[in-house]
Parts: sequence; structure tokens; C-alpha cells
Amino acid sequence: MSNRPALCVILLLLAPDSRLLSQDTTAGRQVYQKWCAGCHGDNGAGDGEGARHMIPPPRDFTGAIYQIRSTPSGQLPTDADLLHSIDEGLAGTAMPGWKSRLSDRQRRDVLAYIKTFSTFFADTTQRPQPIAFGSPPGGGTGAEALRVGRQFYDSIGCRKCHGDQGRGDGPSAPTLKDDAQHPIFAANLHENWRFNGGGTVEDIYHRLRTGLDGTPMPSFSDLIENKFLTDEQLWRLAQYVRSLSPKEAPAVRDVVHAPLTKTLPHAPDDSAWTSVAVYWFPLVGQIIRKERWFAPAVTGVWVKAVHTADSIALRVVWDDRSESPDTSWLKHVGRVFATLESDDSTREQPAPWPDQLTVQFPVSIPSGMERPYFLMGNASAPVYQWRWSSSSGSSAVAGLARGIDRFDPLSGAGPGAQAVFDHGQWRVVFTRALASADTASQLPFRTGRAIPVAFFASDGSNGEHGTRMAISTWYFLALDEPVPARVFISPVLAMVLTLGLGMLVVWRAQQKTSYRRQQ
Amino acid sequence: MTGRIFSVVGGMFLLTVCSKGNQSTVQAAPPSSSASAVSTAGGTITGKIKFTGTAPRNPTIDMSEEAACKSKYTTTPTEEVVVAGPANALANVFVYVKSGVPAGQTFTAPTTPVVLDQNGCRYHPHVLGIMVGQPLEIQNSDPVLHNIKAIAKANRPFNVSQPGAGMKTTRTFAAPEVMVNLECNVHGWMHAYAGVRPDPFFAVSGQDGSFSITGLPPGTYTIEAWHEKFGTQTATVTIAGTESKTANITFAAR
Repeated sequence: MSNRPALCVILLLLAPDSRLLSQDTTAGRQVYQKWCAGCHGDNGAGDGEGARHMIPPPRDFTGAIYQIRSTPSGQLPTDADLLHSIDEGLAGTAMPGWKSRLSDRQRRDVLAYIKTFSTFFADTTQRPQPIAFGSPPGGGTGAEALRVGRQFYDSIGCRKCHGDQGRGDGPSAPTLKDDAQHPIFAANLHENWRFNGGGTVEDIYHRLRTGLDGTPMPSFSDLIENKFLTDEQLWRLAQYVRSLSPKEAPAVRDVVHAPLTKTLPHAPDDSAWTSVAVYWFPLVGQIIRKERWFAPAVTGVWVKAVHTADSIALRVVWDDRSESPDTSWLKHVGRVFATLESDDSTREQPAPWPDQLTVQFPVSIPSGMERPYFLMGNASAPVYQWRWSSSSGSSAVAGLARGIDRFDPLSGAGPGAQAVFDHGQWRVVFTRALASADTASQLPFRTGRAIPVAFFASDGSNGEHGTRMAISTWYFLALDEPVPARVFISPVLAMVLTLGLGMLVVWRAQQKTSYRRQQ
Repeated sequence: MTGRIFSVVGGMFLLTVCSKGNQSTVQAAPPSSSASAVSTAGGTITGKIKFTGTAPRNPTIDMSEEAACKSKYTTTPTEEVVVAGPANALANVFVYVKSGVPAGQTFTAPTTPVVLDQNGCRYHPHVLGIMVGQPLEIQNSDPVLHNIKAIAKANRPFNVSQPGAGMKTTRTFAAPEVMVNLECNVHGWMHAYAGVRPDPFFAVSGQDGSFSITGLPPGTYTIEAWHEKFGTQTATVTIAGTESKTANITFAAR
């Protein structure tokens, strides 16, 4: 009991210094070893178990070089910068957000521990100073703002890496490496939900000012000091870049609805496609069957479909930095192979592989919930596929897959295919008759039914072929049935009848009232 | 409980102290005003850098994407990995005194900048020496976008853009480092190397392979010669008075 006042005094003395308590590197080390070391390595060098399965690789903390900062290029990040990356994760990378998984205290502790990996943080005379960013000028979505933004997109050379249309396909894109010589992609500016530092106008502007240290992306702050452009013009550039992505990140809807049309649009850029609803399906690396692939280049496909009374057209659009085969990407492929751990003991030599897309259906529309194995079926339950390759251009092969490594083409039964490559984007339209001569192996399309469909894509210039590809799970395709005329007429008839009857009742009531008055 | 807190606090204190100690050895002492100015008096080390064997062919540069750079050449430009002079002389070798300068002696960095020019989508010079704290003035003579990225370990990196001719950026290095790599990511062939030293005892070999390090106080020095492709070579030289000593260095081509 006599110790209690003394204990209180000690606690009171310690309590105000909560900053000290929240910088507990011993506790931070425990959190780090449990949750972070698997990728970032025991010594923070970015060389954990998982590192050899990732592009971009995990951060090496020993150099204290961080991409996402509020400070000028070359300066250390602030604690708030680091905590933000820990809390929210880094979109487009393997780094998840930890806000919901670790407590505030744990995240602050692990932050303190991460800083111990580099001596740069020990020099407390150099406090990182955030840039005063200001706020975006108004009218950022207007035509004039976007025109100015585009003007500077061209004049300061963004297109050199990010490409003319911003899909990361500029002339310098195949040569890009990070500080550790790992391959790195120029961001596809049409996918702001995958920007490492966030996809808002503010996020984009901050990255333009700070640069992404450790990567080829430089800081553009000096341009303002050199009066090459004004702060407002740099904001306009950020607004232009933001305008390239959709307003909202695409949400996955399970069913592609194919409306009925009079004529079938065979060409990818047929104007008839503009009024058809688009569906987004994300793709992920094929990591089930060897050789597994952890660094797929195709992140998803945009799908549209229509049908006529007797045919279907399916339009698949995806972003791809290169029209493969393209030898200018061979060295990039070599770097990708060198960065990733291979399942095979002998590493394949880079070769100019083509781009590929596969659309997969079951052999027949299932009556229940059971579907063939999504990853290209198996020996007992094959799947029906359309395979398109950039090396064969505007044609596709139909066939049966019986597992990921067995494909038996059906001769003379290929769907129609037309392909366009345009500034880092493939657009391919497949067409086929709804009915099929060989109903045992070629799916007959029927209206009003949920038809399972899946997608597979390979970017040859990223070293992808064979089992190295991006895959989706099963989704559904529904060919909408023609709407019978009665659907439109019945409600109108009902409304007219109701109105007529009501008016009759009112008229009768009025008649009665006037009759009584007369009496 | 309190014991644990104290051990944590104590541990952090030690950590801070130790890290600070490391830091001060990594980071060069700031130029001291009382330090002796670099004088022309003192000993000199001169020599010629050569190599044996056959120099590898420098890769040619495809500048078709940059007409403004391409037009500055009459023949196909090449990278400058191995720049050989007559009789196997080797240019672009950074030669510096690696050890022997008395510890604690500090040197004032010149305020005149070392200029790194981007011209014809190549760096001029390709290899440079610079003192800690001395300004590095990076200028763009090309009407195209260059980014200048410094890849360093002892120093903080930087990566800035210069999208037009006439742009200038000045940076300094805070710590000695042999070498800081400079590169342009828009033009993957553009590489330059900066040797950052705490003293003025360094030189870069010229087209004829010759170099000269002057102003050395008497003493025994280890000099190191660094080449981007052929690696490093060292030599030991003892200087008495204001004499001039010769130290020729030969690399083996690889």
C-alpha cells in the first residue's frame, strides 16, 4: 500500500510523454517480425521469403528511399507519410493496408522500428519538411483545364514513358528500372485505382512535386522554380491525368448482359458499341499450376456483348503496353525473369512471344450450379474456348481445353475475330452463330440463360506464354430475350382503364349530387 | 514494469547515440573555415592509366526517338563505357587518395560548381570528381526531356526533371561516396559517375590517360583508380616535400 503513491507519481511522470511510449521499437520489432519480415526481410533489406514473387519488390528499408512522400526529392519521408503507407497500403502492389489489422499503437511501434534500419533517420538534425502543396484550382474537369493539362503533358515529356494516350507505353517504357535494377512499369494513367500513392487529383499533384524516389519518376518541382510552368499549370496536368481514369474505380458485376440488336457489329471500333453497357473483370496471376506466374501485366478486361436473332458478338478490351511480339521489350523480359523466382530449375530464355486472349465457356449450358473447373477444365469435363493470338491477327481458334496444358482445336470451327491495337490497348471482337453444328463440343448459345464465361490473357512482352498468364474466375453471360410487345402495352392499357373507371365514378357521383340539389 | 520501461528508454538512448556516431563517420565534416586552403604547394602524383587486352566495343545508341539529339552527331553515337586513347590509354578513370590524408584534417569545398551538361543526349563529363558540399550544377543543352537521377548509398538520392534546354538544377552531396551513379531514365543509355570526396585530392584521367593530383602534404598515400567497366586498382605512393611522383596504373580489359 505504501508503494502506491510512488507508483502514481511514476505513472504521472511517464504519462505526458506518450510520444516516447508510442515509439517503442522493441514492441515494433515484434510486430515487424510477425507481419512484415515475410516480404521485407528480417533485416529490412526487402529480401523476405515473398520478395522473389513480386514486381514491384517490397521496399528495402536500409536505404531510407521512399516513393510516397510529402517531402522534396531526396529527402526523408515524414512519420505521417510512412504511417499513411502502412495504414492504407500501396495500391497496385502487394502491400496491403494495416489500419484494420494492427492497432494504432502497433502501427506506430512498427513505424519506429522500420526507421531503425537506416542511419539516415538517426540524424535528427535533418527533419524532413513537407512541401506546402496548396489546393487545386477550380474548374478541373472543364475543357479548358484539360486542354492546358494536356499541353503540359506533351511539353514536359510525360509521354516519353507514360505514352501518348497514357497507358504506360511510351518509347522509354521498355527500358525502365528501379534503383535495384528491377524492372518497373510506367503507370497506366487510365487505372488511377492502381496508383501507388492514391488516385485523386491531389495525390497525382503531390507525386508530380515529390517524384517517386527510387524509381524513374522524377520531381517536377524545379520546373516551377525555373518558371518553366506555373503551379496552376502543374495542377492542370494533375487534373488532366485524373481525367483519363473513370470517375469511380470499376466495380465487378457478375453478369454480362448482351442486348438484342438488329445488326451485329463485327469491327472493334464500330459506333454501335458505344451505346452497349460495359463490364469490368479483374484478372490475377495464374499461381495454381506450375509454372506459376506472380507478375501478370494484364490487370483486367472490359467486356461488351450483343446478339441478333442468330449470332453473338463479344468485344473484349484490355490495356497492354506493347503490340507483341516486340523485340524492344526482350531486355525487360530478361529483368522480369531475373527478379522473379522460377518454378523451373532452368530458366527459359526471353523470346518475342505474342499477346494472347482466351474466352472460355462450358461445352453446354449447365442446368444446375455445377460448372467445369475454371482453370481450363480437366480431362473428364472439358471447356469450350476461343483463343486469339496477336501473331495470327484477325482470326481465332475454337477448341476444347482439358486442363491448362491440353488444348484440342476444332478444325474449321473458329469464331470470327477482328482485332485493333491502339496506343497500348487491344480491342478484339469475337463473333459466332448462336446455334452450333456440333452441339457436343461447341456451346450452343441460348437466350435467357446464364452462360458461364471466363477470360485469360497473356502479354508476350512481359514474358507470358503457356501457364504464365493472367486469369479470371467464372462469370456469366446472359443473352437478353427480345421483350414481347405486351410488356409495353399492358401497363398502358391498365392505366387507361383505371383512369376511365375513376372518371366514370366521379361523373356518376357528380350526377347524383346535382340531382339531389335539384330536389 | 518500470525496469522494462527504463531498459527500453536506455536502449533507445544507446541506439540514438550509436547511430549518431555512425552518422558522423559517414557524413563528411562540414567544410571548416580554419582549414588550410588547397595550395598548389605540396607534392604531386601524376601518372598514366592504361589497359591491357582488347577494349570491348561501346554499344551504339539508337537516338531515333530524339531527332534533336541525333542531329548533333555526324556518325552514329556510342556509349562511353570504355574510352580509349592512343597506345591503350584509358580515359574517364576516377583517381583519388583513398587513405593517407591525416584524419581530422578538413578541407573547404570550392564554391565554384562542377558543371554536368546534358548535350546530345549524353553527359559531359562522363565521369567527374566533386567535393562534399561543392555545388553540382546540372544543365540541359537539349530541347528534350531529361530526368537526372542520382543513385547513392551514403548520400540521399534525387531525381529531378529538366524538360527543356536552358534548365539548371543545383544539388550538393553531403557524404563522401565513390561513386554516385547518375542516370537518365528517359534515355536508358545515359550514365555518368560522380566521385564525391572530403578532400581535393582527386582527378579524372584525360583522353591520353594522364592524371595529376596536386597539393599533397608529405606522407604515404594509397591511391585508388576506379573505372566503370574494369573495376578498381590501387597503388601506394610516398611523398616527401614538394616532389612529384609518378604512379602509372594498368587495368586488364574485361
